[in-house]
Amino acid sequence: MRIAVASGKGGTGKTMVATSLATCLAQDFSLQFLDCDVEAPNAHLFLKPEIKHTFPAIIQRPQIIKTICTHCGRCVDVCEYNALAIIGQNILVFPQLCHGCGSCARQCPERAIIEKPGTIGTLSIGKTSDGFTFGMGELTIGEPMPTPIIRQLKVHMLNTPQITILDTPPGASCSVVATIHDADFVLLVTEPTPFGLHDLKQMLGILAKTETPHGVIINRDGIGNTQVTTYLAERCIPVLMRIPYRVEIASGLAAGQLMTEILPDYEPQFIQLYQSIIEIVHQKREAW
Amino acid sequence: MILIVSTNSDDLKDRVYPRFGRTPWFIKFDTITKKWQALENKAVEKSGGAGVAAAQFLINQGAQAAISGRFGPNAHQALSAGNIKMYTFDNDHNTVEEVIDAFLGQKLTEVK
Repeated sequence: MRIAVASGKGGTGKTMVATSLATCLAQDFSLQFLDCDVEAPNAHLFLKPEIKHTFPAIIQRPQIIKTICTHCGRCVDVCEYNALAIIGQNILVFPQLCHGCGSCARQCPERAIIEKPGTIGTLSIGKTSDGFTFGMGELTIGEPMPTPIIRQLKVHMLNTPQITILDTPPGASCSVVATIHDADFVLLVTEPTPFGLHDLKQMLGILAKTETPHGVIINRDGIGNTQVTTYLAERCIPVLMRIPYRVEIASGLAAGQLMTEILPDYEPQFIQLYQSIIEIVHQKREAW
Repeated sequence: MILIVSTNSDDLKDRVYPRFGRTPWFIKFDTITKKWQALENKAVEKSGGAGVAAAQFLINQGAQAAISGRFGPNAHQALSAGNIKMYTFDNDHNTVEEVIDAFLGQKLTEVK
């Protein structure tokens, strides 16, 4: 069971929910946790894993062999990301726009493109004190392309654990899709504000296309307004948990505590949350 | 000389557009014949690399000068490599006609 914890809006409590859920479930299941928020990974601050292996995240970028290149422009045409331009007798490469897909090298009729590896970040794999596998990717500051790191981190994802928890980046762009596209369930964490609702709708738009089963947690319940609740009720999207807006949660998180360490009463609720997730996934599978 | 201006629409009397790569339209103007043509900017729909794609378009159109409010770093690099001179307008010049007149009167700033 792969569960991605996503939100749309940043700062709604994705990592808080993901880390607490993982720690509660690790008592009864074999589990791995992947922090895919490679632009600002922070789950390690709460899970405090012992990192055992680190290795570079690599992207393969084109290099033109000028003596072979005939300036036909095929590489420029096939590049979905406009990382190449043809100017007279020269092919210009814009490395920061390159996603490392390799289309240019494969499509070059003269085989005038070789791919050169470049390091864009770091992958770290370790274990938490609760005994579950932890992986995180970290994009080097100044590098603009997070998706290759997320893909490489997921290559290190093991098939053996019963549960995989993916901490998803905020937003609703490529890096989110790269994280959630093969998830069995997406757990959306939102807050009851116009901002929370606006970005939640963007995530729901993506999930309508990927047809991934999903449910919502409303965090900071009690602030804002009732628009989120109304919106979800109208569309029959289940609210799986509500977490109140409380100062002790904020101060505990700031000190690096898990939510379930701050409020141990929530442990049964996270176990119950997982039961609800399994039910929704099974219902969806039966419907197919 | 062929110059290309980033513009809001296909109309000479409409406003210029302040950004190069994501401009909805370009107006291509021949300074000798005074003929002009509106060209849609296909790069505007790109998720990334719009500046490079727009610069490639200008190079393919045979432009010798590009006029916009601002050029991004990738567009700047590509246009420089293509020997296309870049000029910027400011708030004093609002319509395409005004900007072209300012260019012909050598009142625009060249970006190096």
